Amino acid sequence: MTSFDAPKIEYFLLAPVLIVLGAAVVGVLLEAALPRGRRYLWQALVAGVGLIAALVQLVLVCRRLDLFGGGDAGKGRLVAEQSLALDGPTVVIWALVLVFALLGVLLFAERHLEGGVLSFAGQAAALPGTEAEREASSKGLEHTEVFPLLMFAVAGMLIFPAANDLVTMFVGLEVLSLPLYLLCGLARRRRLLSQEAAMKYFLLGAFSSGFFVYGLALVYGYAGSMRFAEISAAVSGRTTGTGLLLGGIGLMSVGLLFKVGAAPFHSWTPDVYQGAPTAVTGFMAAATKVAAFGALLRLFYVAFGGARWDWVPVFAGIAVLTMVIGSVVAVTQNDVKRLLAYSSVAHAGFLLVGVLGIRSIGALQNGELGAVQAVLFYLVTYGFTTMAAFAIVTLVRDSGGEVSNLERWAGLGQKSPLVAGVFAFLLLALAGIPLTSGFTGKWAVFTAAVSAGWWPVVVVAVLLSAVAAYFYVRVIRLMFFTAPLPDGPSVAVPSVLTMVVIAVGTLATLLLGLVPGYLLDRIGDLSLFVR
Amino acid sequence: MDTTPFIVLSAILFSIGAVGVLVRRNAIVIFMCVELMLNAGNLALITFARANGDLDGQIAAFFVMVVAAAEVVVGLAIIMTIFRTRRSASVDDASLLKY
Repeated sequence: MTSFDAPKIEYFLLAPVLIVLGAAVVGVLLEAALPRGRRYLWQALVAGVGLIAALVQLVLVCRRLDLFGGGDAGKGRLVAEQSLALDGPTVVIWALVLVFALLGVLLFAERHLEGGVLSFAGQAAALPGTEAEREASSKGLEHTEVFPLLMFAVAGMLIFPAANDLVTMFVGLEVLSLPLYLLCGLARRRRLLSQEAAMKYFLLGAFSSGFFVYGLALVYGYAGSMRFAEISAAVSGRTTGTGLLLGGIGLMSVGLLFKVGAAPFHSWTPDVYQGAPTAVTGFMAAATKVAAFGALLRLFYVAFGGARWDWVPVFAGIAVLTMVIGSVVAVTQNDVKRLLAYSSVAHAGFLLVGVLGIRSIGALQNGELGAVQAVLFYLVTYGFTTMAAFAIVTLVRDSGGEVSNLERWAGLGQKSPLVAGVFAFLLLALAGIPLTSGFTGKWAVFTAAVSAGWWPVVVVAVLLSAVAAYFYVRVIRLMFFTAPLPDGPSVAVPSVLTMVVIAVGTLATLLLGLVPGYLLDRIGDLSLFVR
Repeated sequence: MDTTPFIVLSAILFSIGAVGVLVRRNAIVIFMCVELMLNAGNLALITFARANGDLDGQIAAFFVMVVAAAEVVVGLAIIMTIFRTRRSASVDDASLLKY
């Protein structure tokens, strides 16, 4: 009988995740213990303070790991019995997810727009259009559970990109997805749309995780281990049985490409983005994309890097397809949330172009832009811009709640020049016009792909950026150069919470467009995976 | 022990599940097909664990089961709300969001 060795857990290094999970659990307890009237304040505080504490702890972790500075070897540590990797990319992604989650909490906590209650269903169990729903609404009931749900999703988003073995990655994927399925179904207005979005997201998400599990099993069967390091060794030294490996890579990429919203697995994106409460959409669009791309990069670069000649061409095709579908279909959209959803599909395509830039570290000349660096930088720029854009969508309202129909946005620029102006600026950033962060981000991923020899894909990407610019400019023209409708929506005045989100997002978009160098260099220092 | 028949069986189960998701119209049945896919994954994991002579795959199967249980909780809640609202669990009826 062998003795049992207790696993060694590096609690200090894992503390950011543990703090977020702890705050989520405290939130669940508060929900049970506090009287209804006091829950809102406490829940929002616990979530906000938890996220800030996790960010502070992340800075301490960063100093402990001593990540900055040169060297070819990836700096960082494998923690919790090698199931999580704490290295540069993890730190960048954790910081991003935590910041976006903080902005998400601010959006969730907004109460001015719905007349003193959250923009989530007063009582999710009450059927739409019934007496029970009217009663819940007149009593001013609200679901403060949304804050713990958000925190659980954030914990999943922290685990997912840091996972260094297949099981941890799967658990992270599900922990991030399950709360999001629920959050999508909790809109206060247009509840049928919201519930439908939740069901579609759930069924398709579960379907894709089925593929992920089977792919995981095949890769495990091929490599004989769940650990990325051992999978990488098995992939590099492969001689036989590659069918198992390639099947596994293919099925696992279905699961990951679904999460990032790449074609042909993008079809949930517009429906879910439109149906979900806008605060959730904004958070999901930014944070999920960051976490999923982080996980995709780690899995494909660290574990499957040795098989890159097999998967990179497929990814090139998927990148082109994703950009084409995102940009071309967006042209015909007349709902602003759907438009932003297709824009996010197109952006997933641009990010995949950056992923194509994989090269071995030795091939990278000094000062050249690496693929990981480029993709991470793009995620920063995209996340801030998207979050601010969705925050502005929550403001345009009439008596029936938010107005997302684009025709009704006509002439908004004449009624509220400031908000429409900021929105126009964000759209230009999404289009990638110079002097905005969108341009620097696109420049980074395109450079990375070109230096790896994928210039044909980059040519397509540049052409499709022009197509994409068309539909962004169409919205701007509609807002500024069309006569306003007599009964059109107006811009509601939010509390300081939403204003902070818009201000931070816009400021980041502007600054990263004007002076991207500093952040790009810092991310460059942090772009090596530990193996 | 030859493990190939078990892998083949798991592949067949996985395919039945995947096809079921695509062709069935009732949300509950679709969900059951997804569970079938997850369990096909479990069977493959356990078979490979046996072939490799280690426990990683068996432990992974436990994690997949726990996740599947959590998914049932969330999924049935969502499907129930839809059913109570629409008096139907057919995925074709929920068609407000399109294009």
